[in-house]
Amino acid sequence: MPTSTTPRSAGPAPGPAPGRPASRPPDRRRRVHRPTALAVALALLLVAVLASLAVGSREIPLGSVLDALRGSGGDPQDVLVVRELRVPRTLVGLAVGTALGLSGALMQALTRNPLADPGLLGVNAGAAAAMVTAVGVLGLTSRLQLVWAAVAGAAVVSVLVYLLGATGRGGATPVRLALAGTAISAALHAYVSGTVLLDTRTFDRFRFWQVGTLAGQDLSVVGQLLPFFVVGTALGLSQARPLNALALGADSGRALGAHVGRTRVLTALAVTLLCGAATAAAGPIAFVGLAVPHLVRALTGPDQRWVLSLSCVAAPALLLLGDVLGRVVVRPGELEVSIVAAVLGAPVLIALVRRRRLAQL
Amino acid sequence: MDVGLDGAVPRPRVADRARAGRTVRAGRGLSVRVEGRTVTVCVVLLALLAAVVAVSLTTGDYPISVPDVLRTLAGRGDRAEEFIVTGLRLPRVVTGLLVGVALGVAGAVFQLVTRNPLGSPDVIGFTSGAVTGALVVLLVLQLGGWSVSFGALAGGGLTAVLVHLLSRRGGVQGYRLILVGIGASAVLQAVNSYLLTRARVEDAQGAQLWIAGSLNGRGWEQAAPLGAGLVLLLPVLLVAGRSLTLLDLGDDAARALGLDVGRTRGLVLVLATALTALAAMAAGPIAFVALAAPQIARRLTGAVGAGLVAAGLTGALMLLVSDLAAQRVFAPTQLPVGVVTGAVGGLYLAWLLVSQWRRGRG
Repeated sequence: MPTSTTPRSAGPAPGPAPGRPASRPPDRRRRVHRPTALAVALALLLVAVLASLAVGSREIPLGSVLDALRGSGGDPQDVLVVRELRVPRTLVGLAVGTALGLSGALMQALTRNPLADPGLLGVNAGAAAAMVTAVGVLGLTSRLQLVWAAVAGAAVVSVLVYLLGATGRGGATPVRLALAGTAISAALHAYVSGTVLLDTRTFDRFRFWQVGTLAGQDLSVVGQLLPFFVVGTALGLSQARPLNALALGADSGRALGAHVGRTRVLTALAVTLLCGAATAAAGPIAFVGLAVPHLVRALTGPDQRWVLSLSCVAAPALLLLGDVLGRVVVRPGELEVSIVAAVLGAPVLIALVRRRRLAQL
Repeated sequence: MDVGLDGAVPRPRVADRARAGRTVRAGRGLSVRVEGRTVTVCVVLLALLAAVVAVSLTTGDYPISVPDVLRTLAGRGDRAEEFIVTGLRLPRVVTGLLVGVALGVAGAVFQLVTRNPLGSPDVIGFTSGAVTGALVVLLVLQLGGWSVSFGALAGGGLTAVLVHLLSRRGGVQGYRLILVGIGASAVLQAVNSYLLTRARVEDAQGAQLWIAGSLNGRGWEQAAPLGAGLVLLLPVLLVAGRSLTLLDLGDDAARALGLDVGRTRGLVLVLATALTALAAMAAGPIAFVALAAPQIARRLTGAVGAGLVAAGLTGALMLLVSDLAAQRVFAPTQLPVGVVTGAVGGLYLAWLLVSQWRRGRG
């Protein structure tokens, strides 16, 4: 397998000759000051959180919103809307956005495949299959039951994919994981679409579930899933350095002292925890986890420490802004966040891809 | 321009290259390398295809023996047999065969060009665009029949052209193409979800049926344009197969061997997209065949290079086996074939991967 001579070389220009002197020339390709990018992303996230608390189909002045948050009186209806609807929704958006951004960045770092989305390990397919089984076969209806069904499905399937990928010698290489995940996901999606085509009631429930949304959340769901989010995030961020060492392939990684097998297992585990919890909380939200790491990488270059941490900030910002827009675009109705996030994010992704020389995986 | 590390396909070792078979020459400049194992695999695939076709033509609600089918095909059967064999079963089988070949070949081309084992025509957003076009016709304009096919063609074609134009910068670059395709697909899938959730549940379920892709009620009028397209496009792609094999070596190596990388890539992508479009018009956007068939074929033949023929035959076999299952397993309920391709292809691919990895290959 020929590998690109540098992880950053892209485009038709032939890369620099291999074995160039160790004193690296200044990197002129990165035109973004990374701390500035992080600061901007944090500011954007803060704006998104405030907007998510202040803007909605019910018009509440900003002062009343702040009063409601402090719990100091005001219109009881306003207080109810802010505290019972918007606060949970914002918290879910923060948790789910962070999980999606980080798990996407981890998945791409692990597989080094630009088509790798966080659901590649079969997490989304497992959650969807469990959801359809829970509704169609077991007749479950409560939100919390479905959340746990989705978590269980995601966990079982990702373990299965990992075991498949790890058979034989050589262990779970990224390409094996990708292929095993694709094959298992395809079989499960066949089961899901077969089931919903044969049963109208399940189909009706499923077509709304499969459009991810932050609406209709209560804090109990977030509370129950919080350990998954926290452990997954900590575990994922801790893999930044080892993943950097693996950036040139397993052999170079070993030479740099990384534990290849351990890094792969821990990264896959973090992806499963994060992506499974996000899917269980909000339903499948496509694109955010796939595209945000690409967006971020175009700004920061390939250093995983920056890619992972900036993805953690940029993804929830995009998700919350999408959610706020979805509330006001088609008043009094709402657009689901997964729809708005894709429509918002895709043009940015395409513009960035066209303008820059890409930091490849 | 490296898109999947650790070998998107099993890389042949030097010792294997010596295994490469004979070169068959037909005049100057036309020569084909023929490898023994690839030929064997293709022959076996053809035999299996013949068997599946025989089963499809002879079994069903009205069993007809093989000699009777042959007599009917020769035009000497009775009216009932004539109607069942040449009116119902044969056109369906032929359509399935052609769709499978088209998807298998198109998938192989996309995987070679993007150098990504997850590459398929979905990468450039064709499929999402086709679904959008069809949903607009079905749910917004409330039409059916051929207009759905044309809606799909318009949607998919426009998307593919747009992605292609947006990702051009000094020739088509695989990596940029993939990212632009991801963006375009995401927007269109958002539109698709929106349309499906805002429609009446009966309409949405009907639309979902079309999205799955089906051979139910398909006849000669679907098979004919697809067949004509294949006759035109396949030879060109097979001739281009040699250049595709060079692309597989990487851009720089291909350029050093005198290949115009950007132009070759653009040309074969257009042809492969046209194949996908014809297949989608005939049977809807059937999932997973384009992704899995080349991967399965590659692992069966162990071949170096394009392997378009094996991929096409594998695709055809996948589709016909899936369609048999779709018709018979849940009878009398007729599942759309596109639901079954994922199950059949996914499970088989998983089994194949595991058995190979156990033996310590790829």
